[in-house]
Amino acid sequence: MKRRTFIKGVAASSLMGISAADLQAETPKRVSDNSPVLTGKEFYLDIDYTPVNITGKAAVATTINGQIPGPTLVWQEGDTVTLHVTNHLKKYSSIHWHGIILPAPMDGVPGISYKGIAPGETFTYTFKVGQHGTYWYHSHSEYQEQTGMYGAIVIKPKKREPFRYERDYVVMLSDWSDEKPAAIYRKLKRMSDYYNFSQRTVGDFFSEVKEKGFAKAFEERKMWNGMRMSDRDLSDVTGYTYTYLMNGENPATQFKALFKKGERIRLRFINGAAMSFFDVRIPGLKMTVVAADGNHVKPVSIEEFRIGVAETYDVIVEPVSNRAYAIFAQSIERSGYALGSLTPSASQLANAPKMDKPQPLSMVDMGMDMTNMDHSGAMKCGSGMKMSKTKSMQKYKWKAMETQKYPVTKLPMARGVQTTMMAMSPKYRLDDPGVGLRNNGRRVLTYADLKNRYSTRHHKKPDREIVLHLTGNMERYMWSINGIKYADAKPLRFNYGERLRITFINDTMMNHPMHLHGMWSDLETGDDNHLVRKHTVIVQPGAKISYRVTVDAKGGWAYHCHLLYHMAGMFRKVIVV
Amino acid sequence: MKQKEINLKKILLLLGSCMAIGQTLQAAGADDPLRTMLIMDRLEILDNDENTRAWEGSFYIGYDIDKLYIYSEGSATSEGLESSQNELVYSRAIAPFWDIQAGIAYDKNSDASRTWGEIAIAGLAPYFFETRAALLVNSNGNTALRLDAEYEALITQKLILTPSLAVDFYTKDDPSMQTGSGLSAAEAGLRLRYEIVREFAPYIGVTWEKTFGNTRNFNAVDETSLLIGVRFWF
Repeated sequence: MKRRTFIKGVAASSLMGISAADLQAETPKRVSDNSPVLTGKEFYLDIDYTPVNITGKAAVATTINGQIPGPTLVWQEGDTVTLHVTNHLKKYSSIHWHGIILPAPMDGVPGISYKGIAPGETFTYTFKVGQHGTYWYHSHSEYQEQTGMYGAIVIKPKKREPFRYERDYVVMLSDWSDEKPAAIYRKLKRMSDYYNFSQRTVGDFFSEVKEKGFAKAFEERKMWNGMRMSDRDLSDVTGYTYTYLMNGENPATQFKALFKKGERIRLRFINGAAMSFFDVRIPGLKMTVVAADGNHVKPVSIEEFRIGVAETYDVIVEPVSNRAYAIFAQSIERSGYALGSLTPSASQLANAPKMDKPQPLSMVDMGMDMTNMDHSGAMKCGSGMKMSKTKSMQKYKWKAMETQKYPVTKLPMARGVQTTMMAMSPKYRLDDPGVGLRNNGRRVLTYADLKNRYSTRHHKKPDREIVLHLTGNMERYMWSINGIKYADAKPLRFNYGERLRITFINDTMMNHPMHLHGMWSDLETGDDNHLVRKHTVIVQPGAKISYRVTVDAKGGWAYHCHLLYHMAGMFRKVIVV
Repeated sequence: MKQKEINLKKILLLLGSCMAIGQTLQAAGADDPLRTMLIMDRLEILDNDENTRAWEGSFYIGYDIDKLYIYSEGSATSEGLESSQNELVYSRAIAPFWDIQAGIAYDKNSDASRTWGEIAIAGLAPYFFETRAALLVNSNGNTALRLDAEYEALITQKLILTPSLAVDFYTKDDPSMQTGSGLSAAEAGLRLRYEIVREFAPYIGVTWEKTFGNTRNFNAVDETSLLIGVRFWF
């Protein structure tokens, strides 16, 4: 495979040129081509090794049609698409269509949907596209996603969308390392803080003493250290090894999205990273969020949003002046960023703003009850903590979610080596922008802002509920659900036709983006009449979150944390019967 | 010899089939790969009359729950080995932060050696103290308790100060091993390392070593030494 990557021109990346006429006039090609946007009903995708140079060092990527990201696939809602995927690797491979509702055998998860695509084999996927919006696809085999196997899916709607724009760009965020993913995982297993270079120092303690007084600083240290927890543990893998990419471009080469003053631009953000959450903003511009995970939401105007691994957000921006704007996506632990320019001319690039300081995790992120001042019984140790009551996360509407009662199906639970923490008092924190974004002076999107554009009033009420605890042992780098890792777990049984409420409780200090295959996750964000429809839901550290699933897809499905190095353990097979 | 070859073949076959299973379970990948880690925590020269060279390290091979550990520490001078303590233990994770270990230990000095049966508990105690407590019994009826604790304080992300403490107790005198009953020896150290990379860090430090009680009759030590060394792992 000698094709060069990064052949994407500026103009070629815009999707506006694609008209309905193109969709119809499309003639299928026998072989894959290396254009960055492929449109039509029939697609040829080739998985192969490709030499790349992303950091200044030569490396070998696994690619789709020789590109990172793989080609953007443009489909039409209502069409039946056929995708011929040929594996030229020496290992099994696969492609999963993330967020697409399709029959189980087409879902592309080795060991669940099919056996995977053997070396040299071609697998043909075919399914009817019954949705529209921004999605993505990626390998579901080993760590191939980390080494370049991901791309965008844009599905053109049948009906005109309820918003207008003149330009349309995919903004795919990702993380690249020259290290082999298996080597990264082995390092984490042996030294889980290997990549964390913003750990607490002795000096931090002294600044806290200055700031809060000795007694309080000491009490806090006593509590965290007593529990052997770090408040600086935001990402397992960081900019120490990662280069953050925007549409395959590093911050030096920059992705460029062209505009003319006065135009409205639709940006389709997709987080295709293996391990990185990004906080995204375009300094100087407000963004109007119009879709989340492909589905229309009530428009909300914001200045910044956090995008978890595998989530997508569509925003519309209207540049007010004829200058280059930075599309700035800093990683959650602030060790680096992806950068692009929204610019009137390809020669005019924006400068990156300064990265924000990382915020340490708080007691809230440990799942402690911040409304109860004496903490009696709220935590295992560190009794006698005197915390000043910070801005309460509790609001009345979340209370309502607490009191929604449905029959709960008990699931097996283990508390052993797998679990170092238990959220003693997990709360719905839908309006919490999350660690690093709290009180930063900007209008930051929260899940509480997300309301389905359309009414969900007539959706069936849940028949029953299951509670899943996200569990882990950061010291040993083990991840699990309900204290049981995938290899030791029985599949979850969902009943065909039921409406199921799923509540997550995060017993870890990390954000986990939970992805249910095959069925929508209708997230409770405070208004039952406008449940927002997602495929990937962030469960914040120490928090609780609930969504509803209409179980309308028979077969076996994957259900997992989308952080690549958590996935092997924090995974369940779902069987719908 | 023939037997050994067959065993090797069996192991290879087993490994092969494990890998084949791994390939079909790619959906989630292998969450718990076999791994090894060799860490030379201390490899140092003391600034004393003998220019003592000392080491302390460990090696493991295994998985999340089950591991096989080799521990070794000791010291040597230009005249040869002073003493060493070596252990081979099976280690099993029994609690989130703790492993229980069982195996054999082998102590050696310039003129004698002892083999022990051993059980130990190792892990991370509250407040981030890396801790290990080993109980050893030998055929002479001697019992030993060896305690180790270490703490890491980050001055910066790469400059790390490590205070440590080790104490040994025995139930019997053992003149040829130069150990006496009761509290036998204590060693406190303070090492400041600079991690050029995670895997490699030169350090400077100071160590204080003292023998107590009956042990002083065989070997009276009360010495403070500056030291220089490297810490590395792979």
